Amino acid sequence: MTSFLKLALRNGMRHKLRTGLTVLGLVVAILSFGLLQSIVDAWYAGADRAAANRLVTRNAISLVFPMPINYREKIRAVEGVRSVAVANWFGGVYRDTSMANFFPRFAVDAEQYFAMYPEYVLNEDEFRAFLRDRKGAVIGRKLALQHGFRIGDTIPIQGDIFPGNWEFTVRAIYDGAEPNTDTSLMFFHFDYLNETLKQRVPGRADKVGVFVVAIEDVGRAAEIARAIDEQFKNSAAETLTETEKAFQIGFAKQTEAIVIAVRFVSYVVIAIILAVMANTMAMTARERMTEYATLKALGFPPAFIAALILGESLAIAVIGAAIGIGLTFPVGYWFAAKMGTLFPVFGISPQTVGLQAVCALVVGIAAALLPMRRAARVNIVEGLRFVG
Amino acid sequence: MSADGTALVQVRGLTKSYRRGGQRVPVLSDINLDIRRGDFLALMGPSGSGKSTLLNMIAGIDKPDAGQVLVDGVDIARLSESELAAWRAAHVGFIFQFYNLMPVLTAVENVELPLALTSLPRRERRARAETALRLVGLEDRMTHLPSELSGGQQQRVAIARAIVTDPTLLVADEPTGDLDRAAAEEILGLLERLNTELGKTIVMVTHDKRAADRAHAIMYLEKGELSTAEDVAERSVRASRHA
Ligand SMILES: Nc1ncnc2c1ncn2[C@@H]1O[C@H](COP(=O)(O)OP(=O)(O)OP(=O)(O)O)[C@@H](O)[C@H]1O
Ligand SMILES: [Mg+2]
Repeated sequence: MTSFLKLALRNGMRHKLRTGLTVLGLVVAILSFGLLQSIVDAWYAGADRAAANRLVTRNAISLVFPMPINYREKIRAVEGVRSVAVANWFGGVYRDTSMANFFPRFAVDAEQYFAMYPEYVLNEDEFRAFLRDRKGAVIGRKLALQHGFRIGDTIPIQGDIFPGNWEFTVRAIYDGAEPNTDTSLMFFHFDYLNETLKQRVPGRADKVGVFVVAIEDVGRAAEIARAIDEQFKNSAAETLTETEKAFQIGFAKQTEAIVIAVRFVSYVVIAIILAVMANTMAMTARERMTEYATLKALGFPPAFIAALILGESLAIAVIGAAIGIGLTFPVGYWFAAKMGTLFPVFGISPQTVGLQAVCALVVGIAAALLPMRRAARVNIVEGLRFVG
Repeated sequence: MSADGTALVQVRGLTKSYRRGGQRVPVLSDINLDIRRGDFLALMGPSGSGKSTLLNMIAGIDKPDAGQVLVDGVDIARLSESELAAWRAAHVGFIFQFYNLMPVLTAVENVELPLALTSLPRRERRARAETALRLVGLEDRMTHLPSELSGGQQQRVAIARAIVTDPTLLVADEPTGDLDRAAAEEILGLLERLNTELGKTIVMVTHDKRAADRAHAIMYLEKGELSTAEDVAERSVRASRHA
């Protein structure tokens, strides 16, 4: 056993540059894989945060088509519905269109909306001040910290979906009840949006993108959703009501092609490093055929020789994986910080780390398979002849 | 065992051919050979005559097409791959032209290597390896890597590795082929000592007449046939003495 370890480990150190470069390649691959997986996770994070007792009603055709405001009362009248709140995506630009300055903004029925979202924890005095201020805004802690917004500050937004210049005054800052609560959002009063639209572009007033619906009984979600949609059958704006989770997944799915591409690329990276590593191991094993033939002549079984190659390959894979996984955390958080609020709850999950380890292991084993087979089967006489 | 008159190695009707481009190239045909215990046999012959092929089959790293190779009563041509590997580990010491040491192992680790296949405790393995290295006069080079040793020294490490398991048979394929005269003489002297002092049975393939003369007997292989050629050997011995 000691001879085995000495041979396997020292063999690995024989070509320091080659081994070093292979390890470097593995580090980059495992790191990239981890980052890409974490980005996909962050993209779907909204769905994980969704509560089961909230439904989302939108236009059945597409999110981009609105519904009349009077649906609010009709939905509230549906049996099993506790409350309804408008939640309109506002869009707009703060300062410039860079990622660093992007954050989501919603126009909501504040009282009802925040009652449905206990995960947004508010100071009562601040919240009351917000309710009193028509142009008031509630922002998340992460957003406040990122831009240095304080209570009383004015946030100017250049409208795009809703044209014109808009100004909001920060009246309350919410904290997350859970570590994965998104605190990078901004909310303001739907009434302010709607009344302003009545003056500026009357045709666009009294229209709503999304209703959030709180229900009494989680078990009846499907039934209530159907009842809501039934109300608007054969009207100009038919609705589609689903659980918040389904809605979030659907929203993320709009970009599914990109997400699939990102996932695909993450595995392509692994496939590439596998090819590189397999080539390294094949080269290494070919160079040492005479040594393997000598070992066999001395009476060492083929399995010993196969294990030597596997051991060397695994050692390289384990070192590369350890460094790669170790780097995923600092690099990942640095990257997420650079991306601002695009990934509000970026995190590197244990599953991602596990997947990185599995990939490295698979690479280590797969890269060794062919060289192992060839070396273990080397014909002693031919292998020895190699020298001359 | 086979002490009373029977030879340690009995080669009977050994035949071997290689296939090259769909054609069968006969190398050895119906070879018969006896090697007694304690013998030191030199095998000579022109290049390509099949010396290495014959040696490889006696050492159990190649298999004949037909015929028997009995070593100490065991027909090794009939053993399975794994049985043969175990047999080699226990009974054969190999000495190669290019030493074939593991470049990443030190001298003493190289010598110790074949003992990894035994159940000896670690300490005992190291002690035996050191004894073998002392026997070949390399006690002061134990922790040197092969790359830090001369060709002659490397071959002495290889000889120490070949004898550390106390094998029945030592096989050497041109052990001095890669060495200068002085180093070759040292190696041959060492082999002679192993033969006379430790009673090791040695089969050595060589191109070198002077090397062959150190052996007890010389055999010639030519065109697939083995001739005892004792007269030839005798003559050459006399010639070299009168020179
Ligand atoms: N694997 C092989 N495939 C085809 N032919 C082979 C193979 N091995 C050996 N031969 C042929 O068998 C013959 C004998 O080879 P061998 O190596 O035994 O010769 P040798 O007497 O040891 O020669 P040398 O003195 O040059 O080492 C040669 O003609 C060689 O070309
Ligand atoms: Mg030869």
